Parts: sequence; C-alpha cells; structure tokens
Amino acid sequence: MNTADQYLKAIYLIQKQADGPAATGAIADAVDVSPASANEMIGKLEERGLADHEKYKGVMLTDDGIVRARDALQTYCIIERFLANVLGVEEFREEAGELEAVIDDTVADRLDTIIDREPECPDCFDAEADACACLEAAFEGTASD
Amino acid sequence: MSVGSRITSDDQLARLLQIGIVLEEVVEARAYHHYRSLDEELDAEIEELLEEAATESAEHRERLEDLIADLDVESVPFEEIETLVEARYGRTQPDDFDGILYDQLCNEETAYKFYDDLIEAVEDTDAELSVDREAVLDVLRAIRADEAAGVEEVARIMEDR
Repeated sequence: MNTADQYLKAIYLIQKQADGPAATGAIADAVDVSPASANEMIGKLEERGLADHEKYKGVMLTDDGIVRARDALQTYCIIERFLANVLGVEEFREEAGELEAVIDDTVADRLDTIIDREPECPDCFDAEADACACLEAAFEGTASD
Repeated sequence: MSVGSRITSDDQLARLLQIGIVLEEVVEARAYHHYRSLDEELDAEIEELLEEAATESAEHRERLEDLIADLDVESVPFEEIETLVEARYGRTQPDDFDGILYDQLCNEETAYKFYDDLIEAVEDTDAELSVDREAVLDVLRAIRADEAAGVEEVARIMEDR
C-alpha cells in the first residue's frame, strides 16, 4: 500500500469517528509523522482531488478519496485477517500497521483467496479497536480452541 | 502505523518471508490442481508450464524457509498453512485454458511485485539485521528474476494462442 493510501485510510477512519473533518494533528498521529509532513501530503491529496482541507476545520475526503480510502482499508483488513487467522499472529494489529507499506494491493488480493472475509468488509472495521469487529471474535475463538 | 516501506527488525523480515512462502504455496497448489483438473484435455505446453510453476514454487519456498531459519525467530506451522491453502485454492478456479494461463500470469506478476517491494524494503533499511543483508538480497533477487522470466514465459504462450 503506498503512502497516499495510508493517509487516505487514516483520514477516512478519523472523519468517520469524529463524524466530521479530520484534524491534521490527529492525522499526523495516526500515520506517525510530524504535522509538517502530514500537511505536505494533505496538500498533495488536495491537488489530486482526493481531499478538501479547510484551515482551522480539518480535512474531508472527496467522493473519489472515499472510494480509494475504502479500498485501502479493505487491503488493510486482508492483511490483519491473514496475520491473525493464517499465521496465528496475536499482535496482528501492530504487525499489520508495520507491514502494510510493503504489501501491495495485488499481493493482498492473492492472500484474500485463502481467508474468510465478511461481505460487509470494510464497513465492519472498528476504528477504535483498529481491527475488524468480526475478526476479533474469530481470533479469540481460534485462540481459545 | 508508520508510513514508509522499510524493514525495521528480524521479526518483520521473517514475517514478510513467511508471506512469501504462503504466496508460493498458493501458486504451487493452484498449479497442481489445474494440472489435475484438466488432466485429460491438457495440452503439452500448458502441462509443462504448470509442472514447472509448481516445481519452481516449491524450490522458492525452500529457499525462503532457509532464510527464515537463519533469522532465528519463532516459526509458524507450515503444514497447517499448506493444508489451509490446499483446502481453499479453488475459490477462483478457472475452467478453461485461457483461465489457467491468465491465473498463472497473475500468480507470476503478484509474486514479482511482492519480491520487488520486499527487496526495496530490505535495501532501504538501516536496521541491524542478524543475517547478512546482501546474502538475503541475493536470494530475493534470484527469485524475483525467476518470477520475471515466468511472466515473460506465460505472456509468450498467451500471445502465441
């Protein structure tokens, strides 16, 4: 997943949680960069028509931005689910965050053929828990077996 | 989450190598089952292609397993993964020669992209790995070259048909 997609995913989740614009500070925290770096990328996303940035209010994704963010979130869900259910990784959230930059969408699509993902994905993603709500149950079930 | 595509530890490298092994398992399982499912009507060229793909994937998997062994990290039960992949290979199983070739092309392209990204991530890392980074890169570059040759081979067969 490229850097722009990681930002789009982060903005999407923050604006969903806030039910409004995403603050640039929260975006910088989510992708673990300085506010200056976040501002630079937000500017690029604006130029590409993927986000609108209003000073003192925050960032909102455009319709095109939302489509791409949802695709990125789906890729992230595949990585999390693959780590949890195929490789049995308990810290799947942390590892998915570390690995997402190296896993391309095409690779995630291939991994998707061997996992069980819910049809409502990525709407079942719980931003607060940083994981798919359905995955949590599946993983705990597996762990207690 | 942090942006950027660098390897930051032995564990992370091992995890990516494990993902490579699963991808190779998927290729091997799909090639094997396509080979079997169309056994009677399979033509010699496709038969050879699938056989080579399965053999090559098994060889790549072994080379990746050797790299993981050198990293001295906790392993995953590969037999379970093999069983799982085997059980699920057929979800998008193609039903004709064009489908098989297209699927094989996707396999090779996906593997190429995976190794290409992984090589870049290893090249860019400033983390201290417990293994010889150049030796790891040599193996990964050799596998990537195989995948590139595989893409060309499948594309050539598709063009000729």
